[in-house]
Amino acid sequence: MERLKIATVWLGGCAGCHMSFLDLDEFLVDIADKIQVVYSPIADVKEYPEGVDVCLIEGAVCNEDNLELIHKIRARTKVLVSFGDCAVTANVPAMRNQFGLGNAESVLQRAYIDNAQYNPVIPKADGIVPKLLERVLPVHETVKVELYLPGCPPPADRIKALLGQVLAGQTPKLEGTQLKFG
Amino acid sequence: MSKRIVIDPVTRIEGHAKISIYMDDAGNVADAEFHVVEFRGFEKFCEGRPYSEMPGITQRICGICPVSHTLASAKAGDAIMSVSIPPAADKLRRLMNLGQFVQSHALSFFHLSAPDFLLGWDTPPASRNVFGIIAANADLARAGIRLRQFGQEIIEILGAKKVHPAWAVPGGVRSSLTPEGRARIKAWLPEAFATTKVAFDLWKKTMKTHGREIQIFGNFPSLFMGLVAPDGTWEHHGGKLRFTDSSGSIIADQVDVANYKDYIGESVQNSSYLKSPYYLPLGFPDGIYRVGPLARLNVAEQMGVPKADAELKLFKKLGRGAVTSSFLYHYARLIEILACLEYIERYMDDPELSSDYLRADAGINCLRGVGASEAPRGTLFHDYTVDRDGLLKGVNLIVATGQNNLAMNQTVAQIARYYVKGNEIKEAMLNRVEHGIRCYDPCLSCSTHAVGQMPLHIQLIAPDGQVLDEKMRG
Ligand code: SF4
Repeated sequence: MERLKIATVWLGGCAGCHMSFLDLDEFLVDIADKIQVVYSPIADVKEYPEGVDVCLIEGAVCNEDNLELIHKIRARTKVLVSFGDCAVTANVPAMRNQFGLGNAESVLQRAYIDNAQYNPVIPKADGIVPKLLERVLPVHETVKVELYLPGCPPPADRIKALLGQVLAGQTPKLEGTQLKFG
Repeated sequence: MSKRIVIDPVTRIEGHAKISIYMDDAGNVADAEFHVVEFRGFEKFCEGRPYSEMPGITQRICGICPVSHTLASAKAGDAIMSVSIPPAADKLRRLMNLGQFVQSHALSFFHLSAPDFLLGWDTPPASRNVFGIIAANADLARAGIRLRQFGQEIIEILGAKKVHPAWAVPGGVRSSLTPEGRARIKAWLPEAFATTKVAFDLWKKTMKTHGREIQIFGNFPSLFMGLVAPDGTWEHHGGKLRFTDSSGSIIADQVDVANYKDYIGESVQNSSYLKSPYYLPLGFPDGIYRVGPLARLNVAEQMGVPKADAELKLFKKLGRGAVTSSFLYHYARLIEILACLEYIERYMDDPELSSDYLRADAGINCLRGVGASEAPRGTLFHDYTVDRDGLLKGVNLIVATGQNNLAMNQTVAQIARYYVKGNEIKEAMLNRVEHGIRCYDPCLSCSTHAVGQMPLHIQLIAPDGQVLDEKMRG
């Protein structure tokens, strides 16, 4: 059987959803011959490949690099999963949206000017540090998303349920306690 | 500087970063820079929230060491309330922190770094990861996965969740250790000790075959900082700050964490969202210091538990004065896992962890509170200013990885200088440069209270901006 090509990506999030993925623990060993992780922060492939079956997306869309990557992912992936509350609702990273227009400047001002003793400057080296978007966005506001996996992070059981259904060739359906946020 | 090589993104580290290598006209490495490319803005958007919400919000800075943030934040809350928390609560917080050290260090060693020294630097990128280890040695992979799981289970047993437990609060903790939880941890300990022994054997073989890496992967003088107990014993949650230099001499000791600003300054670099703290009395950039396992073992006189103390003696022999090679962070990490297991074992016989007196209560008694705790990667500071209602007016966070920023830059330059020659870009060389970063186990979601990801893209750029050579990895 052709192994399922899985990717996991990390946009503006805290890595907690990825930690929860690793909390699949020995299940990872058990499914190692059914899946192929073709792109992930825990692997070394640097270019998002073509023909990915399922991509788990952690994090909100916060900056120009995130935005460029998410469009590339959409074009190269069959099923996108908003993986965790940051991807689903923009969650904690979107707390800066409360400051309205100019929020990006005000958060940068606090971190790099007010809270610095030497060389206070807002990092903006061209082509290196990406510009922050004016508003932090959940993934589905930028591209079409097929599935949502809520939780902060989604517990490993919930990820297992989803992957299990995908591996069995079903369209995943989460119900009851599997649908909680937070 | 005529050329710049970019590694983008750096992978198998917990976060997103790029590396630039600047070449001179002769094709030698002139300098290197490590860039962190994302930013979320916690220090600003937490303002106006009640301080009691902070342990829940700030742990969302980082899912790898949420426990560190939640504990440092709770401690800052203790300071705002001006209470000393019940002894059981302190022990329980410590137990959770020990669990976190085990899970985080196991992740760094088995999942992220071992693919390099187990499978080899030149293994194709597609299999140079934890799944490559599963394929090469399923038993070892399983053992490593289960050691991490053990740490995660301790966190879950106490806090009901593995990632982001809503458990530590200003004044104490919400629940104690149940008899079932105690039994479960006790039963798992022998296996955890056995896996640690396997890791030590593996590491000692690695040290024999990796003399060159020990020499050049971040081997330079710097200061070291960490928390220590009053008698100089290794600390992870509590205690005061100690700074030592590379000869091993103490240059500042028993510094109250609330006075960190007298010792630590923060500097900004235009090309990174990661700030660079430095030792203020020496100024920038001479005040370069390192934190984390290597630093903690350098500043500590003993671990305080027998098995880890025996290893610490061997470790200290690797340096004249301090141990200065960052490649030895891996070794230090294993010694800390061992110490944590021994401390966890001790706690299993302590009835106080089942006490129901877990929380001190008080109003706002102090308008500023600083909380510090050792995160797996180094000392973490949360500094809050509040109004009379306990709403936040100011937040300053100094995270572990930032404090290693200057050292990471030096490490990358040192490795690149050795391996990058002429106009040729070799994949294996680049992986070594990246491993230099992996030694620090940087947690970049923390470091910028921030995180983007793009392909590996290396460019050699001429002074006029023309691309001379280019490679993509994928
Ligand atoms: S959903 Fe929660 S766990 Fe996942 S990245 Fe966001 S803050 Fe972290």
